[in-house]
Amino acid sequence: MAKGFFTDTSVCIGCKACEVACKQWNQLPDDGFFFTGMSYDNTAHLGASTWRHVAFVERPVPLGGQVTGVGRFSLLLESDVCKHCVRAGCLEACPTGAITRTEFGTVYVQPDVCNGCGYCVPACPFGVIDRRADDGRAWKCTLCYDRLKGGLEPACAKTCPTGSIGFGDTEELRAKAYERLAQVRRAGLKEAWIYGDTAESQPGTEGLHAFFLIVGRPELYNLPSDPVVPTKKAGQSWRAMGLASVGVVAAAVGAVLSHR
Amino acid sequence: MQNSDCILIQGSNFAECHPVGFQWVMEAKRRGATIIHVDPRFTRTSAMADVHAPIRPGTDIAFLGGLIHYILENERYFRDYLLHYTNAAVIVDDGFQDTEDLQGLFSGWNTEGGKAHYDFRTWQYQGVGTVPAAGHKEIYGQALASTGPGGQDIGNIQRDETLASPRCVFRILERHFARYTPEMVEKTCGLSKDLFLKIAEKLCESSGPDRTSALCYSVGWTQHAVGVQIIRAASIVQLLLGNIGRPGGGILALRGHASIQGSTDIPTLFNLLPGYVPMPHAMEAQSLEGYLKTTSSASGWWSEMPKYVVSLLKAWYGQAARADNEWAFAHLPRLTGNHSHLTTIADMAEGRVKGYFVMGENPVVGSTHGALQRKAMRRAEWVVVRDFVLTETAEFWRKGAEYERGELRPEEVQTEVFFFPAAAHSEKDGSFTNAHRLVQWHHKAIEPPGEARSELHFLFHLGRRLKQLYAGSSDPKDRPLLALTWDYPTEGPYDEPSAESIVREINGYTIADGKPVSGYTKLQADGSTASGCWLYSGCYADGVNQLARRKPHWEQSHVAPEWAWAWPDNRRILYNRASADPQGRPWSERKRYVWWDSEKGEWVGKDKPDFIQGRPPSYRPQKEATGLATIAGDDPFIMQADGKGWLYAPSGLLDGPLPTHYEPQESPVANPLYPQQCNPARVEWRRKDNPYHWAFDDPRFPHVLTTYRIAEHHTAGGMSRWQSWLSELSPEMFCEVSAELAAFVGLRNGGWATVRTARGEIEARVLVTERLRPFKLDGRLVHSVGLPYHWGGAGRVRGDAANELLGFVADPNVNIFESKALTCSILPGRLSRGRRAATGRVVGEYAAPPGVQRDLEGVGQLADEPSQKKERWS
Repeated sequence: MAKGFFTDTSVCIGCKACEVACKQWNQLPDDGFFFTGMSYDNTAHLGASTWRHVAFVERPVPLGGQVTGVGRFSLLLESDVCKHCVRAGCLEACPTGAITRTEFGTVYVQPDVCNGCGYCVPACPFGVIDRRADDGRAWKCTLCYDRLKGGLEPACAKTCPTGSIGFGDTEELRAKAYERLAQVRRAGLKEAWIYGDTAESQPGTEGLHAFFLIVGRPELYNLPSDPVVPTKKAGQSWRAMGLASVGVVAAAVGAVLSHR
Repeated sequence: MQNSDCILIQGSNFAECHPVGFQWVMEAKRRGATIIHVDPRFTRTSAMADVHAPIRPGTDIAFLGGLIHYILENERYFRDYLLHYTNAAVIVDDGFQDTEDLQGLFSGWNTEGGKAHYDFRTWQYQGVGTVPAAGHKEIYGQALASTGPGGQDIGNIQRDETLASPRCVFRILERHFARYTPEMVEKTCGLSKDLFLKIAEKLCESSGPDRTSALCYSVGWTQHAVGVQIIRAASIVQLLLGNIGRPGGGILALRGHASIQGSTDIPTLFNLLPGYVPMPHAMEAQSLEGYLKTTSSASGWWSEMPKYVVSLLKAWYGQAARADNEWAFAHLPRLTGNHSHLTTIADMAEGRVKGYFVMGENPVVGSTHGALQRKAMRRAEWVVVRDFVLTETAEFWRKGAEYERGELRPEEVQTEVFFFPAAAHSEKDGSFTNAHRLVQWHHKAIEPPGEARSELHFLFHLGRRLKQLYAGSSDPKDRPLLALTWDYPTEGPYDEPSAESIVREINGYTIADGKPVSGYTKLQADGSTASGCWLYSGCYADGVNQLARRKPHWEQSHVAPEWAWAWPDNRRILYNRASADPQGRPWSERKRYVWWDSEKGEWVGKDKPDFIQGRPPSYRPQKEATGLATIAGDDPFIMQADGKGWLYAPSGLLDGPLPTHYEPQESPVANPLYPQQCNPARVEWRRKDNPYHWAFDDPRFPHVLTTYRIAEHHTAGGMSRWQSWLSELSPEMFCEVSAELAAFVGLRNGGWATVRTARGEIEARVLVTERLRPFKLDGRLVHSVGLPYHWGGAGRVRGDAANELLGFVADPNVNIFESKALTCSILPGRLSRGRRAATGRVVGEYAAPPGVQRDLEGVGQLADEPSQKKERWS
């Protein structure tokens, strides 16, 4: 049975407990101490040592169903994570076989096999997977593979105080997501929608094991609106290349012929 | 809280500072509740709210007063509840005069002879004195006691059930709040009238027999010179709307960290003994009899106090507590005055306090006025700090602005400093008491590392050694120490005292057979029982540690009576008799909770009824009744002397019977409501090292400063700034300003700013945000500067401590300092430390902002009495 996350951003309070629980369970180092000046976000983005990241979106647009005295304004919060794509760019780009599909349907990097070639990094349409500066190997969320093996839920989901991070069978999560979507829309949050839950809605990845309820355009959260796994375009590239080669040959032949 | 229909959060950043408790707000919201957040800033709590209303820091009473006005003006109160369960109908003393009559003061303001203060005699009910259930019992009780404890004449309370009499509480309330109109709220708080009315209407429509609303607050309400009165105002709102003692109702005081509630119940406070029993005063409590006469009540539940005091003395002094020596009452320490934290520090700075224990606290960062805190410790002979890490308090002798400036060298500090590493909660057995009075047990997982030990270990062995040291002494002053029972069994490799044995002592037992008592109703005043805290009695009933119960919620009702244990007597909602109507029937099916079962002849319900079990709703006391007999069948507020919820507080407070809007000690504007600028009874510390800025309209300090916590760090940082995973989330001290203020002053996002108040200056990174906006007050703009207070000079991530800017000024009732609203200036750029070190300048002589004349004398003159006038800067 495929496992995954449903992250409901409409109840995320931005406490970052998920970031810390993830780092503690997986014993990840800190990412350095930098004041970014970007709202309360000082870890900035997902990376080799930050596998959960909470985005803070302060925008001069009111939120449906909300009234505030500070004017046209709203604060969106979202806990971002590896999407564990059904068709994973990193996995397909990996030449050593370090990146595998687990029995839970999740995408897992085997640190003892990874040789640090870095091919996976540009292959991720979300910019999730990253190499660590010290040993060069690639790291990302494992969806707590070790905890899942032990029958536990991932650390981030376990610690989330408001139930923003839901963990479970993707089918069940999907049903929950649409139930929740109907509820928040009824409450006035008309811009809410589910990001990436199916192959139909996101053909470039064939759907995600970690999907989201978000408000407004995905770019607000630094998510691509139409992510495409590079290998998905492999056939197309080969065809284009073939066509180009034919064209070059034709042009060369033509040039020779025309100078006759 | 999940049963609320509307949750108003004010004076609290609930989501950021109490994220675990906030799940219940989200649960209520999921069930359809409206969430309202009233806060100067748009925070992560606001992001979850349906309505966010920004108000100027320090104007909470104006806002709540506006709600009270709205409820009264539009007759939105819950009439049956109001009439039967509150003191709305009671007639007040003829001599009482309101702030309406006296330009912002109540009757009894006495400026003659000694320090100015309120004489409360005219605040009482007509012809009847009531001993307060909380607050300053010693002052009120002493005045009321004649032949016995006050309240003997409680049956003489005069009532006007029609609420028509101009002297009844209801009419006084109407007059007092008449000027808190929506227009006045707009002018004072800077909140638009429309938004205010929307909130008022939402709150009213979510309250009544069928619906309930909850109010939540934390230190955003308490840390003001009018802190207690803000909470009083909230109580009035909830009593008018009938929201106390009912599911989904109440006023929830959110606690800042683990077991802060526990440390008030079994207190670390100077003026309380366990269970909110007052500490004896040296002059008034020469004998047990005299003490009980002035502090217990002849009416209401506090008439039981003698049983609790004698049981406490039996627990503490064992066989040395005998009937012929007043149960060793003489052994208890006595108060000789105000020994609150601020007074102690101010005295220490004068060399009057020789030693100082600091445990689980970092006052140099977390309390007020860090420079004065360090100065005080330098004057102490010895200081003991117990913590996980070397906090700023542990390093007061070498870290701080005065050392950086070169004014002082560590080798000049004469204080002897001891540091003891402390065990973490996972390294010791013990309990946490949370905000809703739930006492939960935690088990030791591992032994503490190295020399780290629990507080229990430290205090037990310190006491044991002291007893050894004084063994054999015949000096009468050593007798209290020698008589103290101190025989807890120890266990493990470090002789850790058994925490469970202390729970057993707190619960109480019968002396004859040592068996645990089942609850506080079993405690006696004849020396046959002992109990360390009556309020927690029952926590070890049947010899079982009730705190360690962990029955999951799916195996019991939503009230979850078998999850841990709640004081008192495992009740989950206090005063829940009020969830039924005067006849004992639920107010509505939807809000059914506790009711009278006439067949069984007792109170029953989902929770343990908070009432005398077999007392029918129809019971009425005799006129001469005393003790528990005074509690009528429709008196849900059993701790109160008259059994009623107090809209108007005739007793207990030092600054007036009704909440009144006063400006903070330091405010950029004049009080729009009264000629009286500040709380007249506030406590000031007039010292050269604690200057105040009184003048309003002063261009030198034109902005409002407010301090707070953020989710990323824990209070004064001892548990987070040394921790890299937390430090990276918020690595530097910063200030939050609006885009308007940034443009006005020239601040750049991510750059640096220097923030100044009358007392000091600090530097911080700048965070420009739309979450803050200037407040529009009657045509003028007031800007605010927000400062988180987590950082200090030690730890993995460091920064200037916000409290270097705060002063010593306090609420008169509970001596809490004012940290939530004061005046400041802000400039672009960093603080120059080297320059001053080079020139040898001292605090107070530093360069003024360009174009501004500045000297400390101009900031507020020293005088004996707090200024009671409005002072415009000139």
